[in-house]
This record gives sequence, C-alpha cells and structure tokens, in this order.
Amino acid sequence: MNLKIKYFGMLTEVTGCTEEQFPLIEGNIADVLQLLMNKYPLLKEKEFQVAQDQVIVDIKKPISQGEIALLPPFSGG
Amino acid sequence: MEERYNRHIILPEIGIKGQEKLLAARVLLIGAGGLGCPIAQYLAAAGVGTIGIVDFDIVEKSNLQRQVLFGESALGKNKAIMARERLKDLNPGITIHAYPERLTPKNALDYFKEYDIIVDGTDNFFTRYLINDAAVLTNKPLIYGAIYKFEGQVAVFNYKGGPTYRCLFPKEPQEGTIPNCTAMGVLGVLPGIIGTMQANEVLKMILGIGEPLSGKILFYDALKHQTQVMKLNKNQEEIDKIYAQREEFTDREEVNSYCQTTTTTVVAIKDVLTWEDTQFIDVRNQEETPKINEIKVDQIPLDQLLLHKNQLANSKKKVIFCQSGVRSKKAVALLEEQGITNCWSIKEGAHQIKEILAESVMAIDKL
Repeated sequence: MNLKIKYFGMLTEVTGCTEEQFPLIEGNIADVLQLLMNKYPLLKEKEFQVAQDQVIVDIKKPISQGEIALLPPFSGG
Repeated sequence: MEERYNRHIILPEIGIKGQEKLLAARVLLIGAGGLGCPIAQYLAAAGVGTIGIVDFDIVEKSNLQRQVLFGESALGKNKAIMARERLKDLNPGITIHAYPERLTPKNALDYFKEYDIIVDGTDNFFTRYLINDAAVLTNKPLIYGAIYKFEGQVAVFNYKGGPTYRCLFPKEPQEGTIPNCTAMGVLGVLPGIIGTMQANEVLKMILGIGEPLSGKILFYDALKHQTQVMKLNKNQEEIDKIYAQREEFTDREEVNSYCQTTTTTVVAIKDVLTWEDTQFIDVRNQEETPKINEIKVDQIPLDQLLLHKNQLANSKKKVIFCQSGVRSKKAVALLEEQGITNCWSIKEGAHQIKEILAESVMAIDKL
C-alpha cells in the first residue's frame, strides 16, 4: 500500500519532483514527515503546512490511505 | 450606465440591481504590481464604484513584463498614481484613490475602515501579515493571492467569521527564507491568472453570487494547468492572538522586509568618501546618465545583480547607488536576502553624487 505525497512551490526544488509514492506506514503524519526529512534533509529548513486528502490538518493526525500534500507559503505578487 | 455595463446587466444573475451593487462597492487594493494590475483593471472595468490603491513603489523596466497597466511612459513614476491614470481612462465613471505610500501598522486600520473589501496584491510576508491582521481587526473580508515562479495561491480570508491567513500559516516566515519574484523570476502571465481569480472573488462577493473561496485555498500550477482546492479550518486561537494585540497594533514595529531597508544601511556620499576598502556599484541601466567617472565604479543593473553577484568583493564595503536612491535600497535588500553583508545604499541620486564628487575633486586639487 502506498501513500501519494505531493509537493508545491519551492519544496519541489528540494525533492526534485512534484509527487511521489511512499510506502504506507503506521503512525501519524509527523512520522511520515520525519521519514521525508531523512530522505530530503533540506526539507527541515522549509516552512510548510500539510494537507491530507485535500484538508489542511494537524501533523498529529493519524495517517490514512490517500494523499498528503506539503504546502509552502508564497510571498510573490 | 446601461451601455457600458450592458453585458453585466443582461446576465440574470447580475442585472441592474447587481450593477448598482458594484457601483456602490468600495474596494481597497494593496499593491499595484503583478497581481494588483489585473485586479485593478478588471474591478475598474466592471464598475466597482470606489477603488483605493496603495503602493509606494515606482515602475521599473523589469516590471513591464507582467504589470500590464504600465508602459514605458510610466517608468520611474509611482505605481498607485500611474495605475489611477490608466484606470481613469478605462472607466471615468468610477472613483479611484491613489495612495502613493507604504501600508504600515500606523495607517492600515484607518485605510481599511474606509473600504468594504480588502485585496492583497503585495510581494512580501511582512505586509501580508499586516493586511491579514488589520482585516481581522476592522472586520473586513480579505481576498488573498500570492505567486511563486509558475504557481499561485488564492483564498478568501476573514469572510463572515471564516478562517484567516494565520489559520493557514500562523507564523510569519523569517525574512529571506522564501524568495519573491524579484529574486526568483516569475512567468509574466501567472500574476495575470491569479490576480484575475482574485478579481473574480471580489465581484462574486459584491454581487452575492456563487460561493466565495472561503475556508479553502486554491493552488494553481501554470505548467501543468492544474488547480487543487484544499479545505482550511478556522484556528480561533490564532485569531484571538490578533485581537489580544489590538492595543499595540499601531505600535507594531515596521520590521525590515523586502524593499524596506533599515536606515542604518543608507549613507550619504560625503560619509562614504571617508571610507576605505569600498567597491562602488552603479545599479542603473547602461543608458542612464550622468555617468559617474570621477571614481572607479562597477556597473551592474539591478535586474542582473544576483546573476553577477560574484563580481562583488566580499572583503570590501559594497556601496551601491542609482538614479534616485530607490533601486540602490532594493539592491541592498536583495543582497542581504542572499546573505551578502556589508552593503550600503547611497541616499543621493547620481546627479547629486556627481556634483558632490566634482566638488571634492576640486578640493583635493587645491591642496
């Protein structure tokens, strides 16, 4: 079972992709983020919010099958 | 009115009543840049009766790639005033107030009180959080838009007690962690798309049709032409913090943000002449005069500064000037964002610098 991870804005420059499949693990979203930060250490320095299945959620929320999106703030105008 | 707004009026969802609502509406736009230009253009064309435009900045050549209200004749002039000039011709039947100044904690609440809807077309986090908090304190809906390279975000905040920008991103990111268009570049049409979406939200809100993008944030990717809407919940704790700081709001520090350099990095040419180990950098474009040839000067136009940052001498005091002292300030902010320190902006423009240099050369000759 896989989890789809989506990246937006400057985060795609850290990960080199806009989305990827990630093995579904037990735990909460923070656990997934920890694994992602191990994979992409530069992610630790980035600001972002997390959406699970198109809803912005607290990272303490348990993982469910579906999609997790990492959403950074943009400042340009 | 019937002829100009005919295509609105014949829509049953708008009609004469809807058009009258538009003409009675008062909308305040902060920023007349990439986002602000299309926003102002469509609101004015639609007949929004009173539009206020706040922008302290001047039109530069590198703006013309996306800031569609301006042409070459506007170069060097204030954006709010130049936008009003263009919009007056587009629709002389509406009122446009140009405020050629920076939005600050001191003036924000007074401006917001005069309008029904606030639109964020700015380019830095400091002003975005200021706008959000002032919208909460004055109880005004806020139409938010922001861009990064090929991507954009749109949302309606603080609408009928809905979520605010701080419910999405509670804390202001540290300056320099997220680059803006000047530093990163942006596809010219992107602010056109995002700004037009913001204008659409304003018109829907005034007309009371459709569903406002409240409690949601839309992400747009121009390269894939994909939109995704994420649901956003209200975070009352964050909103309460804004109210709790109400008394101190106008005393809030006007922190250094992009285009807002602290005065300590601005210097007078007379003082600079006493310094040692300086590198003078002219950030004007090649064709601008007068040329400064009394001293050794490296010429790097502002829009190429980051490309050529290896020409900057690490060990020296980098003293930057331009035609009026505006671009040189931007250059310092830009370099500081990149972690390049020891940069100074000369407060005088090139004409004055040349005069002062000529005088000091004469003084040396006399010795």
